[in-house]
Amino acid sequence: MSLTRADVEKVSLLGRLRLSEAELDKMTEQLARVVGYVEQLREVNTEGVQPMAHALDMHNVFRDDALAASLPRDAALANAPKRDSECYRVPAVLGE
Amino acid sequence: MTARSAAELIADLNARKVSSAELTKGYLDQIAKHDGRVKAFLLVDPAAALARAKEIDDRRAAGKPVGKLGGLPVAIKDVICTQGVRTTCASRMLENFVPPYDATVVTKLKSADAVLIGKTNMDEFAMGGSTENSAYFKTTNPWDTSRVPGGSSGGAAACLAAGMAPLSIGTDTGGSIRQPAALCSVTGLKPTYGRVSRYGLVAFASSLDQIGPLGRSAEDCAVLLEVLAGHDPRDSTSANLPVPEYSKTVNQPLAGLKLGLVREYFGAGLDAEIEAAVREAVKVYQSLGATVKEVSMPHSKYGIATYYIIAPSEASSNLARYDGVHYGYRTEEKAMLAELAAEQQKLEAAKDQKKLADLDTPLVRLYRQTRAEGFGPEVKRRIMLGTYTLSAGYYDAYYLKALKVRRLIRGDYDQAFEQVDFVVGPTTPSPAFKIGEKSSDPLAMYLEDLYTVTANLAGIGGISIPCGFTKSGLPIGLQMQCRPFDEERLLRAAAMYQRATDWHTKRPKLG
Amino acid sequence: MPDHTYDLIVGLETHVQLSTETKLFCGCSTEFGAQPNTQTCPVCIGMPGSLPVMNREALQLALKTAIALNCEIPEFTKWDRKQYYYPDLPKGYQISQYDLPMSQKGWLEIHDPKGRFQPKKVGIIRAHLEEDAGKSLHDEAAGKADSRIDLNRTGTPLLEIVSAPDIRSTEETRAYLTELKLLLTYLGVSDCNMQEGSLRVDANINLHIHTPQGKVPTPIVEIKNLNSFRFIERALAYEAKRQLEVWQQTGRKLGEAGTFKQTRGWDDAQGVTFAQREKEESSDYRYFPDPDLCPVVTTQAEVEQVRAGLAESPRAIRERLEKAHGITPYDSDVIAAQGRPTVDYYEAVAKAAGDGKKAANWVTQEVLRVLNEQSWTLSQFPLTAASLADLVKRVIAGEIEITRAKEVFNDMVANKRSAADSLQALGITKVDLSELEAICKELVAANPKIVADVKGGKQQAVGALVGQAKKRNPNANPNDVRRICLELIEKM
Ligand SMILES: [Mg+2]
Ligand SMILES: [Zn+2]
Repeated sequence: MSLTRADVEKVSLLGRLRLSEAELDKMTEQLARVVGYVEQLREVNTEGVQPMAHALDMHNVFRDDALAASLPRDAALANAPKRDSECYRVPAVLGE
Repeated sequence: MTARSAAELIADLNARKVSSAELTKGYLDQIAKHDGRVKAFLLVDPAAALARAKEIDDRRAAGKPVGKLGGLPVAIKDVICTQGVRTTCASRMLENFVPPYDATVVTKLKSADAVLIGKTNMDEFAMGGSTENSAYFKTTNPWDTSRVPGGSSGGAAACLAAGMAPLSIGTDTGGSIRQPAALCSVTGLKPTYGRVSRYGLVAFASSLDQIGPLGRSAEDCAVLLEVLAGHDPRDSTSANLPVPEYSKTVNQPLAGLKLGLVREYFGAGLDAEIEAAVREAVKVYQSLGATVKEVSMPHSKYGIATYYIIAPSEASSNLARYDGVHYGYRTEEKAMLAELAAEQQKLEAAKDQKKLADLDTPLVRLYRQTRAEGFGPEVKRRIMLGTYTLSAGYYDAYYLKALKVRRLIRGDYDQAFEQVDFVVGPTTPSPAFKIGEKSSDPLAMYLEDLYTVTANLAGIGGISIPCGFTKSGLPIGLQMQCRPFDEERLLRAAAMYQRATDWHTKRPKLG
Repeated sequence: MPDHTYDLIVGLETHVQLSTETKLFCGCSTEFGAQPNTQTCPVCIGMPGSLPVMNREALQLALKTAIALNCEIPEFTKWDRKQYYYPDLPKGYQISQYDLPMSQKGWLEIHDPKGRFQPKKVGIIRAHLEEDAGKSLHDEAAGKADSRIDLNRTGTPLLEIVSAPDIRSTEETRAYLTELKLLLTYLGVSDCNMQEGSLRVDANINLHIHTPQGKVPTPIVEIKNLNSFRFIERALAYEAKRQLEVWQQTGRKLGEAGTFKQTRGWDDAQGVTFAQREKEESSDYRYFPDPDLCPVVTTQAEVEQVRAGLAESPRAIRERLEKAHGITPYDSDVIAAQGRPTVDYYEAVAKAAGDGKKAANWVTQEVLRVLNEQSWTLSQFPLTAASLADLVKRVIAGEIEITRAKEVFNDMVANKRSAADSLQALGITKVDLSELEAICKELVAANPKIVADVKGGKQQAVGALVGQAKKRNPNANPNDVRRICLELIEKM
């Protein structure tokens, strides 16, 4: 499983990054080396080993269904790069 | 004055030997004098800090209660949200982000009457080990300003070494507290996962991130951890356990201490001077009555590979929210749309149906252009890597496999801790390197985390304490790792060493 | 080209908004209709540093529903991130459940009171919890203008209920959704308000076309966001026609190279489904376990506890009504469809009147008629079960004949009074036989023509006498009058 430039192009769309041709080349070269390095995990026998997604094994952590204060709208929208008095704004998403 | 330990300074404050305003002013002067070269701070607001200090002094003067930190200044890594104060993660993406809320640790610091003296520099989104990945400027190592302070909490460690703050808060995802502490000759603790709330810590890798204290000594770290630690109902992964009074017990020595030297840590790649210093430190412990035995952690050598799958995978998801819609940077829209339209016309003229079909929609281009401009190269690399390792067809081979090896690494620790109290070794394989020395080679940079990532993968605690210097005068760190939630004894063990040595009291000569 | 018969194959994905006070992972209100972006916080805006904490009540409501849908409840379930970019999804991922949902392998029985199909169990593949996205307010006029984003709905708890492709007609589709909606309402887990988007449906549809060579499956199409029963029925009908035509033109089969599950939308104005633009990459959601949330463990004891607390299901109620009161499936369906209060009201009337069938007629015809006319809820209906039962009993006792009884009923409703009072007010009393016979004697005597007709075999001619008798005394029972007159004419 060696990483190709085509993989990198596909991933750059999945990850929503625009990369120039030069960046794609460099990224392919650098990622290929890292991916090559992590491949060493294949030699580890993980037969019957439970995956460990969390550092602590805790479960059933809940909150009560109790109202908490929401942000005032201006505070919620304050950091938006483009907004009007009520909403965030983006280029038309029709047909997306 | 700025040479005194945090514990001493709090005593002085409460005894009114010094006021918080005087103390704060003293550190602000140090910053004015030295930060031009060290560049540890991204943001300092002297007026606000002094106002806060005065408010605490007045309260004390009025005989009203004052919190545990009693007006002591504390520096905060800029990856932790501060209400109304810009929090950038050293990224262009968040250049103008002003959080509408405080991180839980910030709330705790405020109610303990800390004076927030500034936000410290770091690698962008905590991704890096040298603070060279800051989008704003590189922090230098006060011991040799041509060298890196380590990272990602480089500013947090450098500001302590340069006497610009008595305490600071860092975060550690793969060594980001311990490694800069080692490279700057300060003490840094990465608590057990879940010991300190992550609420308000801008996520890099959620299952590995942990906030922790940096200080001049284990005692200072104990004082600060006591304030930071505790269960938080706003963090589902924070442990619901009582918080020991670390500051009360830190100076009580431990009898019958059992230390484990990890065989695998002392192989190729470890700098000879560092190995010598670490073995010396172990002798000190033996002279204090500790018994030492060799332990084996057969999977530790897979730590880096495991870490560089799990951390980027989580990061690629955690950083998806930076899309230029709800907060943060957005590319200049008109120019972006114009360029897209031009591309479309060219393709139409060329009747290139294939490329036309693949052409970004305006929204997709908005995302891609915004993220291309808002993120630096290392962040992009990790997003790409993590997106790849989670993508269809690769998940099992990379991400799932790494989760299983992670369990085995944890198993190595559990076995070691059946035989010994603490696992001991070097914090880093080499001392501080030259700025720019490794930036061209990501993999070489990643390998620097060799000894620190496994504690994050296993979720256990670890501390780095100064244990000497190279001939060329570069600091060396000793790492000790503990059972989950055994910070109380870890700090006591570290303090034992620091009472027997004076490495941690050495300060760099700043021009 | 030859006309083909086919089987319609439908599976439904239903997103149900659970009626919690607050969102799934934060304390913001879930109330519908607030001003845009007034019900958000750092957590549901996905601000840097914020973290989710799960709403206990949402899980309880989900468990209730899953158990009522006869699902298995695994002991272990977890949260996963479903990753895609959209402006109404602020974190860049939706917290959902992937490989280990909180429930699976259940079924919902559907039936048709009109008997157009046999009762059947529709399989439930899984039901899982997830957070809702926000809303993109498009400028419908010009696709050029900006879209505006409202995050009030972001983070509202949804239960996604995925049916097996067991549905075979638009009637079955409607029955499935009607029964599901009714069940959710009886359980009190959702208001199911489709206008407000509390219940949203995606339909997976294809055809099994009958050919001499056997059945040929067409490629599966998913029609998204069908938010009314009418839309769903029209969309399915249209899509079936479209798929048949496409197959007739292209011969394309399910699973053929180049055929993939297509996503289409429904344009109700045009009455057509339309292909939704989709890049092939957009289907790579890169699910992985959410590191910010702990897994959930549900013990068998907890499941049984929830089961024990479940409200009676519509299905159970219908069966009970049919058994206990001997009414038809049609009546039990009408009554159960009205909701629990009507069921209780009916049962009270039936018990008090001692005749379930008659009670059912009065409730399903007269009571529901009034409720509709007045657009009342049952709580606004003036007659207690007892007083309606009193009227029904008098009818059964023959004290009042049916046409007058309906006048009495209307009077009772209009004037909010008891049957007795209404009877008095309307001067309705039982006429005794001697009086009736007297009236009949006079009428027979006074109408030789009618008598002749009857004797000539035209029995129905006696009807005219009944009419005249009622004029003389409105309480005269028509059946008695007819009987007596015929007897008198016999004797002549
Ligand atoms: Mg869904
Ligand atoms: Zn919220």
